[in-house]
Amino acid sequence: MSAGLETPLQAASTLGTTVDVLFLTMLGVTGAVAIAVAVCIGYFTIRYRRSSGADRSNPPSRVRWVEVTWTATPLIIFLGIFLWSSAVFSQFYRPPRDALRVHVLAKQWMWKVEHDNGRREIDTLHVPVGRPVELIMTSQDVIHSFFVPAFRIKQDVLPGRYTSLWFTATRSGHFSLFCAEYCGTSHANMGGGITVMPQAEFAKWLASGPEQAGLAARGFEIYRRVGCSGCHEPTSTVHAPGLTGLYGRPVHLSDGSTVVADETYIRDSILQPQKQVVAGFAPVMPSFQGQLDEDDLIALIAFLKSRARPP
Amino acid sequence: MNALPAEQSLPGKVLHEESYLREGFTLRSWLLTRDHKRIALLYMISITGFFFLGGAAASIIRLELLTPAGDVVDAETYNKLFTAHGVIMVWFFLIPSIPATLGNFLIPLMIGAREVAFPRLNLASWYIYTLGGIFVVITLIAGGVDTGWTFYTPFSTLFSNSNVVLAVMGVFIVGFSSILTGLNFIVTVHRLRAPGMTWFRLPLFVWANYATSLILVLATPVLAMTLSLVAFERLTHIGIFDPALGGDPLLFQHLFWFYSHPAVYIMVLPAMGVASEIIPCFARKQVFGYRMMAYAILGIAIIGFLVWGHHMFVSGQSMYASIAFSLLSFLVAIPSAIKVFNWTATLYKGSISVSGPMLYALGFVGLFTIGGLTGLFLAATALDVHLTDTYFVVAHFHYIMVGGTVMAYLGGLHFWWPKIVGRLYPENLARIAAVTIFIGFNLTFFPQYLLGAWGMPRRYHEYAPQFQLLNEFSSTGAAILGIGYLLPLGYLTWAMLRGARAPSNPWGATGLEWETPSPPPKENFAVIPRVVRGPYDYHPSGASAPSGASAEPQA
Repeated sequence: MSAGLETPLQAASTLGTTVDVLFLTMLGVTGAVAIAVAVCIGYFTIRYRRSSGADRSNPPSRVRWVEVTWTATPLIIFLGIFLWSSAVFSQFYRPPRDALRVHVLAKQWMWKVEHDNGRREIDTLHVPVGRPVELIMTSQDVIHSFFVPAFRIKQDVLPGRYTSLWFTATRSGHFSLFCAEYCGTSHANMGGGITVMPQAEFAKWLASGPEQAGLAARGFEIYRRVGCSGCHEPTSTVHAPGLTGLYGRPVHLSDGSTVVADETYIRDSILQPQKQVVAGFAPVMPSFQGQLDEDDLIALIAFLKSRARPP
Repeated sequence: MNALPAEQSLPGKVLHEESYLREGFTLRSWLLTRDHKRIALLYMISITGFFFLGGAAASIIRLELLTPAGDVVDAETYNKLFTAHGVIMVWFFLIPSIPATLGNFLIPLMIGAREVAFPRLNLASWYIYTLGGIFVVITLIAGGVDTGWTFYTPFSTLFSNSNVVLAVMGVFIVGFSSILTGLNFIVTVHRLRAPGMTWFRLPLFVWANYATSLILVLATPVLAMTLSLVAFERLTHIGIFDPALGGDPLLFQHLFWFYSHPAVYIMVLPAMGVASEIIPCFARKQVFGYRMMAYAILGIAIIGFLVWGHHMFVSGQSMYASIAFSLLSFLVAIPSAIKVFNWTATLYKGSISVSGPMLYALGFVGLFTIGGLTGLFLAATALDVHLTDTYFVVAHFHYIMVGGTVMAYLGGLHFWWPKIVGRLYPENLARIAAVTIFIGFNLTFFPQYLLGAWGMPRRYHEYAPQFQLLNEFSSTGAAILGIGYLLPLGYLTWAMLRGARAPSNPWGATGLEWETPSPPPKENFAVIPRVVRGPYDYHPSGASAPSGASAEPQA
């Protein structure tokens, strides 16, 4: 909970501004209903108090048109808000193609971040202003949740699969990052900050990191070291599926189904190779469970992505 | 709903010689009773104990949150406190609260029956509840559990170092008491209605408890299975929920919320039933749109089974699933809205007296409305992404379950206290308590909406300094709320021993329970009444009961 971090009321991302318009509209609608109900209850209670001489002739106990109106009106308003909200929500699932990709690994109780060029950080995330950023996230232990109130975004981070999240920051600054899914003793301290910087400054920051191989290069090194290349290289004599251009492509499986090769598919294929066997290949690949940690998997996936065919 | 040849007890008549309270004074006569009214009191005492135990945990939580630093208790203790608070309040207070006490006491009386369908099962239900409660108390003594009441996997199965299995067993066991109570009510309402008591002459309180019972019977087994699987994975390390063992953590969330969202309606439907009895009585007016109210209750109970995924919009479930659950969540809000409008319309052209129970009931309507409307924010996917797992959610469900249900439960206790103990409670104190609780409640929980919208996550032992002021308001409100809750504990107990004798029908209320003496005899009715008209036969201009069976209200 370091000082100097902002949790501003005003959204600092493109989507956040859209969300706020919806929020304020909702506040207006529900506020009006709440006030109307309160005024009616208050007014009736005073006007029809037992000691008053108000007219009580023909008290209604059932009025069809009133009942239809107050059922249909909320229904129409709710459907409108539902459609609006769903349209905004679907944008959360459509990251721009040119988004900067950053890998996030959550563990009790820290956020480990790795940029594509190999620059790493812990509990902080540096991003450029005005450029979409997509986070590919996984957890090493329990469920966490990546929450940046200023951007109006939150996504649970699960062990055993990858979830993603994107945003475009609209102004520079330091914004609070919280873990929003209860994850054990130090849950409240699993926070950090997002530093949004001008693009040129960010490029400088990214390049100035400690000298380290890029993520994909590190993945390539692992690919060679643990022996993936022995079978999967095109020159290999073993009959194994080729990996060039794999990422993002549909894969036909031996059970007749088809999956898109995303992060979770690649991860599963490495750790549980018998789960989804590619059609036409024998299930001979050994599991690499225990030999590779989450960081290695992220690097391997980054390497395979770098071998993706250009779109 | 007045009965023709029911025993005509005169207004002001003193404690009946043969009341259920006088059927034996030994401990044995209480612990082995099969009388639904005595079992209701056993439940009432038990849940009151757990309410104040859960409340004590809440008090320490609010004390801790007075300052941003974690200075009162350490993080682990804090996590155990909010877990204990949640587990106790949800399963050992809220779920049994209105059904097991007021429902148990009143359903047979309201439908003109001498007993529930299965009196022995009814007693067994209380013993099972008590056994579950013992497990929870042992869990606390053994050092507590730190998973949160939601027991999310894989934290609960393989990472928590606390007494998860013990706690889960306590909840597993108490579930069976819910199932037995639900089963009993369903059969009772189907089979034991007095002659002439057709379905659409049932008081809405009975409708509400009937719908609640359906949920109890259908949803609770899923909870039992889910929690068994948690214990199983924890003990055997066979993968069900933990991906490291080949399991799926989201499977747990689907199963858990398949029970726990309907459980919200288990907690709030009976409260709606209570409000639907109190408001017509003190407005001297027939409830507006009775049939619509009954259908709304059933609608909520049914659609309530189909909305669980709205707890999982950011969990990683499919976008299309989230959108479908969002639509269903908006739909379930419609019957709730109808109910609020109907209660409000019931007041129109009424003859309203703002007595203690009425204050509680109107407080319920107000707080339930706010809780329900803020639920719409959470049903809207795009807003829920920001708001979920923040204090906005905490505020929302406390408005429904504490503002709504506890307020209605207290209103019901006041309303039927003369019937239950045969004595009147002190009216002015009741009004003071109702207002104190209303103010304390809003001061506690309204700031939490603001905190959540601002971005403060829940289950935080320490928090960022900018959130302090609103947390101070909240903690101050909690102190007022605590005093508000202690007041009825004091004066209702006093009234039970020393209050003025109550006539059989102090409010001039309709309903069969008011046509038998206060407190009722063991067999409820000397002669089983014959029902000749629908419920809520109130008239703003005059006495409610043409048959003369009811007294004028005395409050």
